[in-house]
Amino acid sequence: MKFGVVVFPGSNCDQDCLYVTRDVLKQSVKYIWHKDTNLDGLDCVILPGGFSYGDYLRTGAIARFSAVMKSIAGFARKGGTVIGICNGFQILLEAGLLPGVMLRNKGLHFICKHVYIKTENNQTRFTNLYDRGQVLKMPVAHNEGNYYIDAAGLKDLKDNNQIIFRYCSPEGELSGQFNPNGALDNIAGIINKKGNVLGMMPHPERSSEKQLGTEDGCFIFKSIVKWLQMRKA
Amino acid sequence: MMKPEVYRSLGLSDKEYRNILKILKRKPTNTELAMFSVEWSEHCGYLHSRKWLKTLPKTGRYKALIGEDSGGIILDGLAIIFKMESHNHPSQLEPKQGAATGVGGIIRDIFTAGARPVALLDSLRFGPLAQAYNKYLFTGVVDGIQFYGNCVGVPTVGGEIYFDESYNGNCLVNAMCIGIAKKDALVRARAHGLGNPIMYVGSSTGRDGIGGCSILASHEFKAGEEKRPTVQIGDPFTEKCLIEATLEAINTGHVVGIKDMGAAGLTCCTSEMASAGNSGMDIELQAVPRREENMEPWEVMMSESQERMLVCIKKGKEEQIKKIFFKWGLNASVIGQVTGDGLVTIRDNGKIVAKVKAHSLTKAPVYDMPYKKPRYLRKLNKLALSKILKPKDYNKILLRLLAGPSITNKAWVYEQYDHMVGTNTVVLPGSDAAVLRLKGTNKAIAATCDCNSRYCFLDPYRGAQIAVAEAARNLVCSGAHPAAVTDCLNFGNPRKPESFWQFKNCVQGIADTCRVFNIAVVSGNVSFYNESPRSAINPTPTIGMIGVIKDVAKTCSQNFKEEGDSVILLGYCREELGASEYLKEIHRVTAGRAPQLDLRLEQAVQKTALEAIGKGLVNSAHDCSEGGLAAALAECCVSNKDKMIGANINNLYYNMRADALLFGESQSRIILSCAKDSVEKVRKIALRFKAPFCVIGRTGGRFLKILNGIKELIYLPIEDLSEQWRGSLKKRIEG
Repeated sequence: MKFGVVVFPGSNCDQDCLYVTRDVLKQSVKYIWHKDTNLDGLDCVILPGGFSYGDYLRTGAIARFSAVMKSIAGFARKGGTVIGICNGFQILLEAGLLPGVMLRNKGLHFICKHVYIKTENNQTRFTNLYDRGQVLKMPVAHNEGNYYIDAAGLKDLKDNNQIIFRYCSPEGELSGQFNPNGALDNIAGIINKKGNVLGMMPHPERSSEKQLGTEDGCFIFKSIVKWLQMRKA
Repeated sequence: MMKPEVYRSLGLSDKEYRNILKILKRKPTNTELAMFSVEWSEHCGYLHSRKWLKTLPKTGRYKALIGEDSGGIILDGLAIIFKMESHNHPSQLEPKQGAATGVGGIIRDIFTAGARPVALLDSLRFGPLAQAYNKYLFTGVVDGIQFYGNCVGVPTVGGEIYFDESYNGNCLVNAMCIGIAKKDALVRARAHGLGNPIMYVGSSTGRDGIGGCSILASHEFKAGEEKRPTVQIGDPFTEKCLIEATLEAINTGHVVGIKDMGAAGLTCCTSEMASAGNSGMDIELQAVPRREENMEPWEVMMSESQERMLVCIKKGKEEQIKKIFFKWGLNASVIGQVTGDGLVTIRDNGKIVAKVKAHSLTKAPVYDMPYKKPRYLRKLNKLALSKILKPKDYNKILLRLLAGPSITNKAWVYEQYDHMVGTNTVVLPGSDAAVLRLKGTNKAIAATCDCNSRYCFLDPYRGAQIAVAEAARNLVCSGAHPAAVTDCLNFGNPRKPESFWQFKNCVQGIADTCRVFNIAVVSGNVSFYNESPRSAINPTPTIGMIGVIKDVAKTCSQNFKEEGDSVILLGYCREELGASEYLKEIHRVTAGRAPQLDLRLEQAVQKTALEAIGKGLVNSAHDCSEGGLAAALAECCVSNKDKMIGANINNLYYNMRADALLFGESQSRIILSCAKDSVEKVRKIALRFKAPFCVIGRTGGRFLKILNGIKELIYLPIEDLSEQWRGSLKKRIEG
């Protein structure tokens, strides 16, 4: 499988995403500079975390105008697999590839810590190796992870099973107490209607090795590989 | 003759001005005067400290690398480069930007050596949080560190935070950065090779920070002074791009030398790079990218605008290097070339505005300062324990100490820092030392910074010794072999003999102790003039130390892991309460002397712990420091909030005051926990190294219980310990 990791000026999880796909998953992977427009031969595009363009103006607001984003929109339209992590999720929202917006964390602080999320939908190319309801331990690290969408939009997300991850207790209980940033309905990750674009605030690339305290995140990448392999077979 | 007001306003003394006249054999131009004033400032020239800094050991058990702006060690094929630097005065004036640019500056010192920055640590000190301005400083500094560090993508993995009255009016912000390079890829801050181009890269130049190092960092604060315009403004996004572009440029092999334009900006870079390369430089200021109009030549030379660097590259490679910086959206402009005359020649539109020998700028005068032991120490060092009332309820005391601002858990702070980016952080903040794996090897490094400045105030020599010993102990508790030191020496006005006595004794304490441990001091920084109108700070020689873990699978952390493990105390308790957190927090007394330190005992304890951890015999290891044995045991119980485990400590038989046993800060003590069947093996190791060894109890249950003999001293539910230790900082800040 061929992964591509987009590099915007200010991306800072690009190298970690490359490391996970190349050294942990043993897949082929390359960087995509934000001015490149050629995504030929790629199976999955990763929009990594960081502070693209310094997150000046608003997170992801400048990055969405990068040349590469037009290609990624086309890639997604054709059914290509796209995953946006943290700042990558914020960019996908700004680019309109996923619905909703990000507000500042309710505590008005940057938050970096391990949290628990519940797998709400395992019938996707990103989550097929998880059980439904499985609780995953992953870190978050963001200033703007307070997901918001209007009532109609939320209904739409629910009706189409687009909410993939929700913040929860270690035992899987959903309540405000375990929501680190105030996100609506404890939403930590969503997919588009077509099911080929995932955005999530927690960092699977930081939770893919036992040495780092949890490998729960690894199965997102492994799910993608499995799905791609099955489709190619 | 120049009016004395002019050079005095730039921070030069009459004698220094006469010296400049002698060197030049003529009156300096405005630009030259400005250049001398910054290069001969305390901050850049180390006028008062250099004599004593020379006594620090430069070699040790790991091969030491000592560069112009940073240092490090060689570990197999890698170079571990690190340095700590102060940004105290700017932070006191403008905490967010002061701290942010402190972080930015120290990161640049690392990647200009060719090393990728992989971790940050911060040692922070403020006056008590009860004062509104201190709260503003504290939250502002934390905000500045998160603002800069998170965006630039270097994890902030550790550090320390203390609160003490002596920092009222002069907080301390010491930032440390660690970088990794292939050992053959290192670059020096030197310019050489006749005709090689000198290139300016990074942000453009403005009027921000003019005189930052000479005016701000080299004088003490006086009441009512307005110095805010001398604080620089940081842009972490530009710095992130600068890191990537610089490392890419170095990777081409066409970079001869490179240096950060930090303190003293272009003046420092031109003169120090030429001087270090035994060459000269001819610079045209009109080629310098600017963000403001009508800047005078001296302003361009003095500006401390951030995120800029000077690079000497191989002739003919200009376009290739420019292309890399342009790709990252940065300026890159050839502003001059290397000459063979040893002179720094500065032109403005072709007209020479300065022409000075590089060596004369960089060889600032060395002052041999008088020193004198302060008289107040004679009284303060006497502590009559009999006059300290014994508490009735030790449980209450322990809870108060755990909630005290210096001991309490600092999650409120470190959860605002991205401490995981880079996916190397194997032991997260909150343990004795942070541990970072070295990808592509099975090794890891551990890092810590330490200094108990109350010890240093009451006994500078021993206090500094303890800072080194404790840093090493913290590393050992994570399973690391202490390898090398960077020091950040924060003191008052060196012209006051009492202050200078503190400085001299601390440096000697560091030097002597590092020699015993056989570790080098590879880099460092001195910050004098840390005084408010009321008084000087406690002498604070912050020790940043790096250790090597030979097998990343054998790291250790402080929290108890399993129920039913044996709890072992290495070392022993003395009846000493001098300089303790307990005396200060509970009895409001700062007196006595720092705890005793026997370096032979210290090494025996450390070697035992290291071997036991290395052999995988141990489940947890924690150093006893502020708050003594009781606070350390409490931390072992509660520091993993997902799995808190109590302990029954029922095998202590000490004939001493209970408060000294529980809260005394005797050095050279480590608490281990291990499975029952490993106890004998650990005991044998201790015996071999002649380290005092005692099984003092067992883990398990929901209570921490401590007995001396049969007398119960502490009996507390771990939830109560956790609540005090975990919740109090947030409460103090957010109410």
